[in-house]
Amino acid sequence: MAAITRDSETMLTLAWRRFRRHTVALFCAGVLICMAILSFSAPLIELLLNTDANLVNLYERFAGPSWKHPLGTDELGRDVFVRLLYGGQVSLMVGLTAAFAAAVFGTVIGLIAGYYGGKFDAFLMRTTDAVIALPLLPLLIVLAAIALSKLGLSVELMESENISLYRIIVIVALFGWTTVARLVRGRTLTVRERDFVLAARSQGASAPRIMFVHILPNVVSPILVATTLSIGNVILLESVLSFFGLGIQPPIASWGNLLTNAQELIWQAPALVIYPGLTIFLTVISFNFLGDGLQDALDPQAMERSD
Amino acid sequence: MTRYILNRIGQTAIVIAIMSFVIYGLIGLMPGDPIDLMIAADPKMTSADAAELRELYGLDKPIYERYWNWALAALEGDLGYSRLYAQPVLDVLWPALANTLILLGLTMFFSIIIGLPLGIIAALKPYSKVDYFVNFLAFGGISTPSFWLALLLIIFFSVQLGILPASAMVIGNNAGFWEHAAALALPVMTLTIHSIASYSRHMRSNMIEIMRRDYIRTARAKGSSEQRVVLKHALRNALIPVVTIFGLDFGTLFSGALVTETIFAYPGMGKLIFDSIMGNDFNMALIALLFATLMTMIGNLLADLGYGWLDPRISYQGNS
Repeated sequence: MAAITRDSETMLTLAWRRFRRHTVALFCAGVLICMAILSFSAPLIELLLNTDANLVNLYERFAGPSWKHPLGTDELGRDVFVRLLYGGQVSLMVGLTAAFAAAVFGTVIGLIAGYYGGKFDAFLMRTTDAVIALPLLPLLIVLAAIALSKLGLSVELMESENISLYRIIVIVALFGWTTVARLVRGRTLTVRERDFVLAARSQGASAPRIMFVHILPNVVSPILVATTLSIGNVILLESVLSFFGLGIQPPIASWGNLLTNAQELIWQAPALVIYPGLTIFLTVISFNFLGDGLQDALDPQAMERSD
Repeated sequence: MTRYILNRIGQTAIVIAIMSFVIYGLIGLMPGDPIDLMIAADPKMTSADAAELRELYGLDKPIYERYWNWALAALEGDLGYSRLYAQPVLDVLWPALANTLILLGLTMFFSIIIGLPLGIIAALKPYSKVDYFVNFLAFGGISTPSFWLALLLIIFFSVQLGILPASAMVIGNNAGFWEHAAALALPVMTLTIHSIASYSRHMRSNMIEIMRRDYIRTARAKGSSEQRVVLKHALRNALIPVVTIFGLDFGTLFSGALVTETIFAYPGMGKLIFDSIMGNDFNMALIALLFATLMTMIGNLLADLGYGWLDPRISYQGNS
């Protein structure tokens, strides 16, 4: 009811007030902003430290922390800190893009299923049930291993440096849409019964217009919460695929592929194993707490509704 | 009830059939095919030989026809040979399946005996320091990359302390009980730390909801001790929904098992899947993936049935 009687500005202020009380989420938002700023200023920091992320220096392998190399160097003498920052750019970008793509896909499907109901809806819910039950990682590994040439992609695209990036975004979006679709579908079922939908329909609004102009704004909060929570998951998936050498391919650095050699290095340089994992952990836990805080702020009764 | 079970089994069969086609198609899209592998092994082979072999093996036929032939053979029990292990695929599959079930069984056991009490303690004092602590632990558990957790445990227990082995390769090699236990310790620990989170969080929210119910107030009003109220009245009802996590978490747990088994060289299904995909062992990868899917679906079905058995209020009528 609140959505109808109050105008949107006070809704936002109210949500903001509730969000501000959630100190942990606020803190996590700060951490993420710092992480993003640091990652995307990597070229600047490279200049400042007078080094290069891909500069190999075999005389300085496994160096400890110093002014020149704040976190030391790796097995090829490259600066760990700068490489972490470049990895952060990729991991954050993949997380945001894939989660966004999955959210768009899930929203469209959820809206259509919830609005039309019937056989399509039943089919869709069975499909999401099945997708949720699948052992995700083994299937992702198969998808990451298939040869793109057999899919008939152009050579130009296949040989572009960013192909591993696009591939992982597509793979994650293929499986990630189900949560959002279910949430949106559930909310659409209740919203479509409201009077303003009836009013719109009686004025002759088309079905797409009702779905995207009238219903969508009312289902935005669960989408936002679910997407925030899924960014963390995407980053985890990317890191595990890259760790196995199936995700982001060098020379592009990501937090996951910084750990590809970690298992062999564990005896010589445990610190090299700790840093990338710690940044993944910090980022993912921040997105999770942020999502939790957003849920409290935007969608206070969601806990009872979602299953 | 019987009808419900039959329905569900039918659905599972349909999903498995669809998945077998999807996985068959995906594996056909992997780099190389069996003939490429033969060409690589035999430099004298001409392209005419290769084409002849392709025809002989039926690889020149369209995908659906190949799938149909495979499915017919599979239904007769002919699942093919594993290239990597040089054995019929089922002979490789069963021991791996048994090893994975041991790993997952132990993980579930420890997650329950640690996760549920944590959730209960948190629920009895919501928004207290204990609650925040448990919540933080749970968020930490789901936010840690499992492969990194495994590596950290290896650094701590194998490199620093030197008390536990970093590899579980001894499993199945006539090793003694203690060797087995030591080899299982780190893989089980890795998976448990991960899944404690979902158990404690579910338990907490169920428990909080139940403690607000009228029958709890009644029990208190008639003078039952708090201990009795919690253990006898609340706990029993709060435990029921936890059964659903068994099913929901099975897929996640299996994904975790793949990572953990691969890192610790534990000879289970996860490692089998990973190795067979990486090693172009098409027959093995196909069957192992299908079995993994089947396992998670059976896990889901059992959880649903257990839920209905424990909670008579749930009816399966009209619920397809």
